[in-house]
Amino acid sequence: MRWIWIDRFVEFNSRQSARAIKNVSLAEDHLHDHFPGYPVMPNSLITEGLAQTGGLLVGEASNFDEKVILAKIPKAVYHFPAVPGDTLLYTAKIEQLTDTGAMVSATSHVLGRQYPGDTSPSPERLQAEMEIVFAYLRDDQRGRTLFEPKNFVFTMKLLGVFDVGRAADGSKLKEPPGLANLKSTASEGTIGGG
Amino acid sequence: MPTQEEIFAKVRSALVDALGVDDEEVTPEATLTGDLGAESIDFLDIIFRLEKSFDVKIPRGELFPENILTDAQYVQDGKVTAAGIAELRRRMPFADLDGFAANPKVQEFGKLFTVKTICSYIAHKLSK
Repeated sequence: MRWIWIDRFVEFNSRQSARAIKNVSLAEDHLHDHFPGYPVMPNSLITEGLAQTGGLLVGEASNFDEKVILAKIPKAVYHFPAVPGDTLLYTAKIEQLTDTGAMVSATSHVLGRQYPGDTSPSPERLQAEMEIVFAYLRDDQRGRTLFEPKNFVFTMKLLGVFDVGRAADGSKLKEPPGLANLKSTASEGTIGGG
Repeated sequence: MPTQEEIFAKVRSALVDALGVDDEEVTPEATLTGDLGAESIDFLDIIFRLEKSFDVKIPRGELFPENILTDAQYVQDGKVTAAGIAELRRRMPFADLDGFAANPKVQEFGKLFTVKTICSYIAHKLSK
């Protein structure tokens, strides 16, 4: 199984920013225990979704040559709980990108709720905001590498990054060549940031 | 070129944000790992904040030198050798190494990194 806490990318600007959607649903088992009778999307999993949005953005910036790991969350603020039926819009923005890692600022917004006949939907609301530090893991000297970052290209495809993605020069983001060659090795894995 | 007070204020702000410490804890003599509780991953965060705040690029290993304490040429019996001290002086012209050179135990190395050392590094960097 794959540990994916976003549903789809809606915007992806290489080396700059990305936006992804997460729909919160009562079909997700964990909501029934968190909490019984009062389902709330765990903020830890919202954090994971923001880290995945930002992690893939940072990974793509090096064309997945670097192993991107979540190093630190210096600051995180949660304003109110997200509940089933909510659509969360995750935005990640690269603040700094160096040869050792990246600093990303990220927000989660609950999109405005609109019901049939509603002429004025409620506005989108800032649900959470945080800073995330990603580091490049250099484990080449170990006998066995921890993970293969190229495998995330599949996750990117699954999440629609190549449908909406823009390269740094504004052109359409291309799928890296050799995707088929990787397919056989990518049966297992998690996605960046977690 | 900012004044020493301006540099200190920005360095303090970076450390407060990166390490979650109070303003008053960030004194010139405070050591990053000992007094302020910084861990290795915090150094990356601190460097990001200093780069942004002072609009400079801090290459890997320039502020926090790498590969010296792990090099047998520079460390013997838990102490940094004369060659190691010379190499540190070459790589860290901004730091006051005299105290460390008098008692160059490897476990004392972290104490070199005080708030003052970071301020000196920034001043050194901005003066170039």
